[in-house]
Amino acid sequence: MSESIVLDIRNLKSHFFTAKGEVPAVDGVSIQVPAGKIIGIVGESGCGKSMTAMSVMGLLRYPGKVVDGTITLDGRDITHLSPKELSTVRGNELSMIFQEPMTSLNPVITVGRQVREAILLHQKVSRDEAKKRVIEIFREVGIPEPEKRYNSYPHQLSGGLRQRVMIGMAMVCKPKVMIADEPTTALDVTIEAQILRLMKKLCREQGTSIILITHNMGVVAETCDYVYVMYAGKVMEQAETFALFENTSHPYTQGLLKSIPKLNEKAERLYTIEGVVPNLLHLPEGCNFCTRCTEADARCRKEKPALYQAGDGHGVRCFKYESEVQLDGK
Amino acid sequence: MENKKVLLEAKHLVKEFPIGGTKKNPLTVHAVSDVNLEIYEGETLALVGESGCGKSTLGRTLIRLLEPTSGEVFFEGEEITSMTAREFAQRRRQMQIIFQDPYASLNPRMSVKEIIAEPLTTYGMKDKGELENRIKDLMKKVGIPEEFYNRYPHQFSGGQRQRIGIARAIALNPRLIICDEPVSALDVSIQSQVLNLLKDLQQEYSLTYLFISHDLSVVKFIADRVCVMFLGSICEIGSTEALYEQPLHPYTRFLLNAIPKADPRLRTEEKELLSGEIPSPVNPPSGCRFHTRCPYAREICSREAPGCKQVGQRQVFCHFPLEK
Ligand SMILES: Nc1ncnc2c1ncn2[C@@H]1O[C@H](COP(=O)(O)OP(=O)(O)O)[C@@H](O)[C@H]1O
Ligand SMILES: Nc1ncnc2c1ncn2[C@@H]1O[C@H](COP(=O)(O)OP(=O)(O)O)[C@@H](O)[C@H]1O
Ligand code: SF4
Ligand SMILES: [Mg+2]
Ligand SMILES: [Mg+2]
Repeated sequence: MSESIVLDIRNLKSHFFTAKGEVPAVDGVSIQVPAGKIIGIVGESGCGKSMTAMSVMGLLRYPGKVVDGTITLDGRDITHLSPKELSTVRGNELSMIFQEPMTSLNPVITVGRQVREAILLHQKVSRDEAKKRVIEIFREVGIPEPEKRYNSYPHQLSGGLRQRVMIGMAMVCKPKVMIADEPTTALDVTIEAQILRLMKKLCREQGTSIILITHNMGVVAETCDYVYVMYAGKVMEQAETFALFENTSHPYTQGLLKSIPKLNEKAERLYTIEGVVPNLLHLPEGCNFCTRCTEADARCRKEKPALYQAGDGHGVRCFKYESEVQLDGK
Repeated sequence: MENKKVLLEAKHLVKEFPIGGTKKNPLTVHAVSDVNLEIYEGETLALVGESGCGKSTLGRTLIRLLEPTSGEVFFEGEEITSMTAREFAQRRRQMQIIFQDPYASLNPRMSVKEIIAEPLTTYGMKDKGELENRIKDLMKKVGIPEEFYNRYPHQFSGGQRQRIGIARAIALNPRLIICDEPVSALDVSIQSQVLNLLKDLQQEYSLTYLFISHDLSVVKFIADRVCVMFLGSICEIGSTEALYEQPLHPYTRFLLNAIPKADPRLRTEEKELLSGEIPSPVNPPSGCRFHTRCPYAREICSREAPGCKQVGQRQVFCHFPLEK
């Protein structure tokens, strides 16, 4: 990729230190976010998507800890910033929205005031000026009757409107990168489509890069420029969106795509990936997917594959694609 | 489908929930409004629509887990809502339900054995040996290893818990199962396993399903017919193939359009999206409930609720159905 990289995550390892042992929730993840692009992280629950995001935001809490790797934002290493330094980065350059906006909104303060406070915290403007900005932002994120909505409490808004408020709040300082963790999972499809369109628009018009975390391959296909597929703490495949769908390479990605019922065909049975995701405390010695992979052989059960280059900007963590060029280690 | 036998029929079914307000101005949630519906023996009828449109309420009212505000429900021609509890008890075992949340719907203090035994003993299976055989047989049918007989729900994954819920639901050889979002909480790789299982069981036991879901891809796979709901009312009912191919109600079309498709080549910037929000069921719009969001609405739409139009095999509730 020749574009300029705004956020560069290298070999990130975030582990949880529990009574039962050390859980490698994020196990050597590298992600490059180019300016003005939408990057997808997709995978089933528990594969480490949220913990990757929380690590980048510096929001990982005990017993979780970043144990290795570097996170570089616009050339600056932010892996081990002090909480104070981090809080300036958050909001100004990095922001995050979550699946359930209610968890990040204060229920007893009007949404308008909450966004205004966010502006006052980061910009030197008067209160009146800030209020005007809020109303502009509300309009930009498609909140109808923004003057009226300014005085609404979070519970008076629908899920879709609350998510728009969150996006507005995240965009206050025009951050370089916005991380959206399952932002539409709790929403109905007609509202989901509106929110995805809004995120694309913000990315295009304001140049903000977005990391979109989702478990939905449809959301990825419609929204992302580049995709990382995660499984049990590792990136299994990464590629430009079109390449990922047209030239799906990793047995896991292939299985995942085949398991989804298709709108344009009538199948008698669905493809299934047998078995369940392995317990992170008892990962197989070999490839993390070897316990469920239909193509696994003796080597797969013994050795861990690296992320091999399988095409331009296309990486696959599977021995079937073993090549001289590795995008990432084991 | 010719010579279809109606297993269950709802006539003018209404379910409202009073939610306070004042004596003069009582507030009511109009969850299900004047629904007419037939479910044929052996079919899977899907109930789709966005959250809060009344799917669960309708499903529950059909099998009397909720008492209707008004209207009738016929099971094999017999009206069941006016039956006494005792009369209904023998019918009840023929209608079961599977819930969305396999975590909340199983009693955490009961073992798998006890969970599956409960309906069996309630309906008179007393013999220990017979009971054990039946439970193990059911566990095998849904793909839970026999040796987990004495385990508790928390020792199972989400997919396995859903299988246990299914075993309990089929224990009494029911005729009809209401599947209320049975795979919505599961990851895709587990979801496909459970959907295949539901299909297999339907074949083996000639089951009839009312399959409630907000996921139209899942519905495409499992359903023979689809009923689309919006805000307590039915928009459209028809065969799955035809309805997906050619939606006649504007809402159906927007719903199908909105689904994110797992194929980047289908990406379009011009995709027509519904604007606005879902109105409140406490104060539903007059006339057609969809008219405040419908781009095709004309004056009559806000005035009069559209009646049922029969278009071929399809029923559409719209003043101006989309052209075929
Ligand atoms: N508080 C915690 N204690 C121990 N392990 C945790 C904790 N939080 C998360 N994990 C582990 O991290 C893994 C990844 O979690 P997460 O990133 O939330 O998954 P995703 O967002 O992909 O669903 C989980 O499978 C779990 O094992
Ligand atoms: N016990 C109840 N009391 C008051 N309102 C209810 C109750 N149950 C459901 N509702 C309301 O009825 C409407 C339909 O709900 P529901 O049938 O659960 O919808 P769906 O299953 O389609 O999401 C919603 O507005 C919901 O808030
Ligand atoms: S490395 Fe082996 S086990 Fe892993 S995905 Fe490839 S074939 Fe399957
Ligand atoms: Mg998560
Ligand atoms: Mg429901």
